[in-house]
Amino acid sequence: MILISCPWCGARNITEFRSGGEAGVRRPTQEVSRQEWGDYLYFRDNPKGMRTERWFHRHGCRQWMNVARHTVTDEIFAVWPPHQAMPEFKVDDLSPAPEVENRPELRMVTEKDLP
Amino acid sequence: MKKSGWRFSHGGQIDRTQPISFSFNGKTYSGFAGDTLASALLANGIHLVGRSFKYHRPRGILTSGSEEPNALVTVGEGAYKTPNSKATEVELFSGLIAQGQHGWPSINFDIFAFLNLLSPVLPAGFFYKTFMGPTRHAWNFYERFIRAASGLGQSPVKSDSEHYQHRYAHYDVLVIGGGPAGVSAALAAARTGARTLIVDSDHLWGGSLLAEGTAGRRQVGGEHPLSWIEEAMQTYSMQPEAQSLLRTTAIAIYDHNLVALVERVADHLPYAERSDMPRQRLWFVRAKQIVLATGVVERPLVFSGNDKPGIMLAHAVRAYVNRWSVLPGRRAVLVTNNDSGYAAALDFLAVGGEVTAIADLRSEVTGPLPELVRRAGINIWAGYGVVGTQGYRRIKGARIARLTPDGTTRDPSTPLSLIPCDLLMVAGGWMPNISLFAQAKGRLRYDPASGSIAPGVVPKGIQVVGAANGVTRHYACLLQGNQAGQMAAEEAGFNSGSGTEINLPNVIEPAEEPMRSLWRIPARNRQKTFIDLQTDVTVGDIELALKEGYTSVEHIKRYTAQGLGTDQGRIGNLNAFKLIAESQDLPLSAIGTTTFRPPYIPIAFGALAGHEVGELFDSTRRSPLQTWQEKLGAVFEPVGQWHRPLYYPSPGESSHAAIQRECAAVREHVGIFDASTLGKIEVSGPDAAEFLNRVYSGKIASLGVGRCRYGLMLKDDGMIFDDGVVTRLSNNHFYLTTTTGNAAAVYEWLEEWAQTEWPDLRVYIAPVTDQWAVIAVAGPLSRQLLSLVSEGCSFQNADFPHMSMREVTVAGLPARLSRISFSGERAYEIAVPARWGMALWSDLMIAGEDYNLTPYGTEAMHVLRAEKGYIIVGQETDGFVSPFDVGLGGLVDLQKSDFIGKQGLSSFEAKRPDRLQLVGLLPEDTEIVIPEGSSLVSGPEQARSSAEGYVTSSYYSSALKRSFALALLSQGREKQGNRVVAVADNQEVFAKVVNPVFVDPEGSRLRD
Repeated sequence: MILISCPWCGARNITEFRSGGEAGVRRPTQEVSRQEWGDYLYFRDNPKGMRTERWFHRHGCRQWMNVARHTVTDEIFAVWPPHQAMPEFKVDDLSPAPEVENRPELRMVTEKDLP
Repeated sequence: MKKSGWRFSHGGQIDRTQPISFSFNGKTYSGFAGDTLASALLANGIHLVGRSFKYHRPRGILTSGSEEPNALVTVGEGAYKTPNSKATEVELFSGLIAQGQHGWPSINFDIFAFLNLLSPVLPAGFFYKTFMGPTRHAWNFYERFIRAASGLGQSPVKSDSEHYQHRYAHYDVLVIGGGPAGVSAALAAARTGARTLIVDSDHLWGGSLLAEGTAGRRQVGGEHPLSWIEEAMQTYSMQPEAQSLLRTTAIAIYDHNLVALVERVADHLPYAERSDMPRQRLWFVRAKQIVLATGVVERPLVFSGNDKPGIMLAHAVRAYVNRWSVLPGRRAVLVTNNDSGYAAALDFLAVGGEVTAIADLRSEVTGPLPELVRRAGINIWAGYGVVGTQGYRRIKGARIARLTPDGTTRDPSTPLSLIPCDLLMVAGGWMPNISLFAQAKGRLRYDPASGSIAPGVVPKGIQVVGAANGVTRHYACLLQGNQAGQMAAEEAGFNSGSGTEINLPNVIEPAEEPMRSLWRIPARNRQKTFIDLQTDVTVGDIELALKEGYTSVEHIKRYTAQGLGTDQGRIGNLNAFKLIAESQDLPLSAIGTTTFRPPYIPIAFGALAGHEVGELFDSTRRSPLQTWQEKLGAVFEPVGQWHRPLYYPSPGESSHAAIQRECAAVREHVGIFDASTLGKIEVSGPDAAEFLNRVYSGKIASLGVGRCRYGLMLKDDGMIFDDGVVTRLSNNHFYLTTTTGNAAAVYEWLEEWAQTEWPDLRVYIAPVTDQWAVIAVAGPLSRQLLSLVSEGCSFQNADFPHMSMREVTVAGLPARLSRISFSGERAYEIAVPARWGMALWSDLMIAGEDYNLTPYGTEAMHVLRAEKGYIIVGQETDGFVSPFDVGLGGLVDLQKSDFIGKQGLSSFEAKRPDRLQLVGLLPEDTEIVIPEGSSLVSGPEQARSSAEGYVTSSYYSSALKRSFALALLSQGREKQGNRVVAVADNQEVFAKVVNPVFVDPEGSRLRD
């Protein structure tokens, strides 16, 4: 279960939130072409990797917020209020397993170990 | 030792001062505190525990842990019954009742065992191939017989009498697994002050060490390794934030380190002692860091006749001998491909067992452990394997043969030897328990040295240590645990400071020679060779699936049932993957694994439900008037979480008669209706009017104070989202109603636009649905009734016209009184604070006696509004219906600079000439009520193409004394007067297309 750090309430379970889809979609206020209108209404990016999206803290402060999330790992890089600039952050790759030294101390079993 | 005695008199982790009596298959037996059902059965000489899934073959106890595929039993009876419990996991308690499964009349004599004789004609997919056929008819007939003959335990019939709890917790470090690596990690983490939790599914700490012999081939600090565990757990428990849970299994890792744990609180207690305790507790632990120390399971070798009772994994033999002081046999044969099996042979010898032969798949056997065995005078058959077994209900002998150097066939030049035995120990190497690691999206790798799958790339916030990480040496387990514990604590923000030096005890352990990564012993006989013992999948089944073209592991799994059992293939899957890879000449890494899904072990539905059962399953919303409605005997319908009165039948009255009576009352005198569930939202602020002007399709800004207006909210595609009445309470203060089911959605909709699209508008939005009780009074006499009980306003038409609101006193209560109508009759809605709803309703009922004031329900309300052609959002609309489609174009103000849906309404789709439009239908047979949802077609039968529309609402009208309907029909407005056919349930109903307003089209009854 994803944990989202609401800018107002702190880290909360995803079950308290509602997804609002991709962030930053501009709604045309003037008459636009059919193409542009269709893009606004129906077409969204579906990237494999980081994307910015909108979430609504439905069972909390009932505020909307922006979230930068990795669509594969579900890692969340940043959460910020609407109409503010995205904070800077670094996107790491998956970290490899730490190498641990396998250092057995060996001793031959002797006669007295026999049952 | 006596022939009847399988338990020796000293040692082990059992309490001989506490004998426990239990029942298995109706017979009473005795065990000791500390026993599992499996160890107690073995101590009583019982190996045959159940029958197999498909062929009803006798099966015994293979393992000593949660990976057990065979020994499934039903524990408890009636409301305490739990099927498919693993005998290896069930702790013995006084009064335990267990039954072997899937044998009839008993597991010792099973009639269905004839299926075993039929097995040559029962290949993978047999039932589906044979009984499915091109239609499902045959399958529907045969299914119940097949289900009776195959399967696992039976579901309990009675509802569970025990209760379950849920608990949420947060930790800095969670350690899963209480073996040496886990304990080492937990201790290192807790020492930094980090809030640490360590869990283990056993009731003792130590993990695999619990199976180690006291003679001890391993030593930690000069002692048995368990003493180190004991000491470490004592130190751990003294750390400030250290907590531990035994009998607790991690069943799932979800995103962002949420771990689900099942704690078996009372499962090990006699029923009488459980009192009010929960049976189990489901924990949801959010851990900043997780250390997985989940250990390994032993892999079996695959050979002919490998499923008989008395065939046991070598590590399990060690566990039964050393932990439970049980001899699982007297004469044993060991078949192994590595050194670990020799430890079992030595332990078995130490307690007086006889090892008659050891077949080692390796052609050269050296190393300290085999050397010890040799010195004990036991013959090691190097380069040999077990190619067949004797015995039916219990193994009686093992056939041993020499293999060719490449291991692909039997060496024909050497003879076959039959070695008598009552126990066959099998050691096929180890497989890390990587289920949780894989669930957490950790990437796996193939480790050629151990011939197994091991953790590869580790996900963030998780570490995997010890045997689960592919480590075999004890010292390395302790070291990895220690390092991981410290690192986890540091990542969680704790400084390990001076404790950073690793202070580990001196570990002594015998060296092990490399294993031979041969997992399958070739044989040329007709004995079955099982890969998945629980689902009865053989090597032949998988080979057949491959021949039939199934090559992906996921497809083969579903086709053969490999790994679909309650053990999730923990014993058999790796061998199945190897078989699939080798048959296609592919490396194991190329075929991958099946997906590891939660839960790790089967879990009771009760634990998942917790206390959310019965009345607490879902919350119920109660109208302030519901008590009165229940008393009156209303018939209720669920609407979201509400229960609304459908109608109020008089004694002996049919539903049809009641609804007709209620409708007539509203049209002829006056009715009363509970409208409290309608969504209610207040919008205020300096820009409230502008905001609502953009949200509604119609004009809101021009609405006068004290006036009401019906409005539509559209989505941006121009389609109807919701409807309701907007009332302007003051210049900057509005009151909106929404449909009952959409109240929450509309509120969120307004919030979304106010916050994200128009943050410059100063508006405040408050949902007030629960704050008001709303009572509708409708009918020609409504004005007379209300003027009788109200003070503070004139009811003259000119002073209080239709679609206006007055703040007045009704029945002595301050109220908002709105003249709005959903029935087409003169009508008022009275809103008072919710707590006064009952008082208002009672006073109105008393005042209304002289007017025959009649309560009416939602069904009459539906009929009355349909007679007027009023739409219901969600019934006449489905998200693809525009205001113009339903004749409400007048509610759209395209002159406004912007509103939600404006551009959508000018789109090509919204302007298509063939759109569905709202029409009325009058069936030619006035008594037939067309089923709602019926398709509409036209023309003679041969010429019809597709449906031209469908019926949305259909009722019998008391006002018209006939049936009628509303429908959406392509180009419907042009088709008025035409004849259409409604088709439903193979029945055709002819109807005439008419204007959708059936009663008072001029609206005079409404306005006068």
